[in-house]
Amino acid sequence: MTTVESAPAPSGPPRKRTSLSGGKGLSTVRRSVDPVVGVWLAALAVTILGWIVVAAQGGNFLTTSNAVAILQNCVALGLVAVGQSAVILTGSLDLSVAYLISLGTLVAAETMASGGVVTAVLAVLALSVAVGLVNGLIVTGLKVNAFIATLGMAFILRGWIEDNYTGPAGEVPVSFQRLGYDRIGPIPVSVFLLIAVAALMWLITRRTRLGHHMYATGGDEHAARLSGVRTGRTVVLAHVLCSLCVGAAALFLAARLAAGAPWAGTEARYDLESIAAVVLGGTALAGGRGGVAGTLGGVFVLAVLDSVFNQLSVDPFFKNVVRGVVIIAAVALYARPRRTPKPPKALPEGRTA
Amino acid sequence: MSAPTDTGTPAKNVPAATPGKRVVRALGTGIPVYVLLVVLLLALLVTDPGFYEPDSFLSFVKRAAPLVILAAGQYLVIVCGEFDLSVGAIVTAGVVVAAELYGSFPDAHWLVVTAVLLVGGALAGLVSGLITTVLRVPSFITTLGMMLILEGAVFFWTGGSPQGVLPSAFRQLGRGTAFGWLPWAVVACLVAGTVAVLVTRSDFGRTLLATGDSDRAAALSGVRVIRVRTVAFILSGAAAALAAVLVGGFSGVSAQAGRGYEFEAITAVVLGGVVLGGGRGSVVAAMAGAFSLQALFTLLNLQGVSGALESTVQGVIVIAAVGLGAADWSRLRGRRTPSGSGPPGSTPTGAAPPGPTPPRPTPPTGTHPSGGTPS
Repeated sequence: MTTVESAPAPSGPPRKRTSLSGGKGLSTVRRSVDPVVGVWLAALAVTILGWIVVAAQGGNFLTTSNAVAILQNCVALGLVAVGQSAVILTGSLDLSVAYLISLGTLVAAETMASGGVVTAVLAVLALSVAVGLVNGLIVTGLKVNAFIATLGMAFILRGWIEDNYTGPAGEVPVSFQRLGYDRIGPIPVSVFLLIAVAALMWLITRRTRLGHHMYATGGDEHAARLSGVRTGRTVVLAHVLCSLCVGAAALFLAARLAAGAPWAGTEARYDLESIAAVVLGGTALAGGRGGVAGTLGGVFVLAVLDSVFNQLSVDPFFKNVVRGVVIIAAVALYARPRRTPKPPKALPEGRTA
Repeated sequence: MSAPTDTGTPAKNVPAATPGKRVVRALGTGIPVYVLLVVLLLALLVTDPGFYEPDSFLSFVKRAAPLVILAAGQYLVIVCGEFDLSVGAIVTAGVVVAAELYGSFPDAHWLVVTAVLLVGGALAGLVSGLITTVLRVPSFITTLGMMLILEGAVFFWTGGSPQGVLPSAFRQLGRGTAFGWLPWAVVACLVAGTVAVLVTRSDFGRTLLATGDSDRAAALSGVRVIRVRTVAFILSGAAAALAAVLVGGFSGVSAQAGRGYEFEAITAVVLGGVVLGGGRGSVVAAMAGAFSLQALFTLLNLQGVSGALESTVQGVIVIAAVGLGAADWSRLRGRRTPSGSGPPGSTPTGAAPPGPTPPRPTPPTGTHPSGGTPS
């Protein structure tokens, strides 16, 4: 946020007030917390609350096995959400991730059944790059709104899947299933995969020129272009990065399921869930603010909630109700401080009459 | 979605010189969708010469009715700059609630049940609207949460498998006919369409457009932005409930009744040239978009495209249609600002140095992002 913080207020229509003020320099009591800190505090609060509730029911929440299960549950959604944050930061959106996951697991499992594991991994990543590239090019080249472009891509992938597969297909060798089930010490290997991908994405968004361009494009595409950023290229690259993360999620799920499944991505609604996690993590839906660290916090909150519900054996449908309430309430809490007028600190440099 | 990176925001003040241009202006952003609709209807005629027999054509309109009604409601929400992803869940919930109501009160009059559904839909819209406007949660998240809540609640209530039967009096609106030939669904569709057009022509409709264009400007000129947006959500919820009555009539009780309708409705509206992000577009074009989508489904069916590939073709055509719409417009208007990502007033003044160096041009109308609505 440091680089974009000093940028002039986005000149786009001010209707999207999703974004959270960075909170620097606000001395009012109602100053908003840095969203990243906020979401991790929320995660902590949810954990403690869950611990108390479960303990009250006579269960034990903070066991090693449960903690490991929570981490394991983070992986798939976490990978998708990390990718999703890249596109959302850039001011775009990807609704095709769910079907890309499904297709990814199918391609992975089928290729592994006939060829080598390496070939399969490469095939999935190539598929991801292709889908991301097409998404990005449709958004930037044809100037189709990202919502429609990626929704259309989702339909295309769905048709492809339904035309070619009717059920689980392919087979994942035991050697590759280790990605889904092995542990290093108490921690599953897949968690390291998530950490690695997230760290890489963090480095890209925060430490490289591409990352700065992504923030600039998401903050105000027009201003970014006028400042010499190749916004089109940036958006395309963001889509490719997102799809690569989704490909990683597909590989993980293939390892986990030991086969490819047409419902791997759609049943868990990774498209909408990942967007919810990203926004829960404090990233502005309009782009330009937020980051990977917050997204991971959002994913963690959702995973902890899930675990608490499982421990209490809450009805799965009721779980959805609570989940919806939590998502809305959390975002409402973030959005709230924005109601106080921003102190006029941006005025002197921003608008010298 | 997010930032209105939409292209093809048509300039409002196109100088009306020739009659041709005036027609173009009257049709507004909808031209591509009317062309698409005509093409699809002609293709239907070629594929199935019997398509324009009154019976089969009316049944086509009947099948399109729920989507048209949903699109009209969705238009109101989109044009004021928001989203409503909860309409599909409202349709599902409506159908299931109707069945449950009949389970408890088998003798209830269908009008009562319909009214209850409409009020319930409006209530769901009211809640979404208030959360979006007062609590300032982005509508994408609000309505996504509302979708989770409604679906979860319905299935929780019914234990996962909604069942029950809808009496034929209730299903009459969905599958019955008036005077023996005119399906009630078509009547409902016409009424809803007329109401939608009247609403957009009214003062409220104009403030709705103004709000979507720039809520700050609208607020400064006296529009009660919160109220206007909330009313849009209420109307969308009620429209979804009406669609639920029709869908319940067609296909009876099912847990999948409304699945996917939210995206279809948004697709229809965008096909109609309405800009996601608000401020541009006409409701007639949005409803034409819904008809086009239904015509496309019918055509794919008749062409014998395997059910599976259907969604692929649909995806390609939707992307292509929206892409063509965007392209056509920038050519027609002589390419002013490429991709209007700024408000209409913020055309880049002064040739900004295209170099990558810092001189960061501040658009003249750098609106303050935190400017709330003055009450």
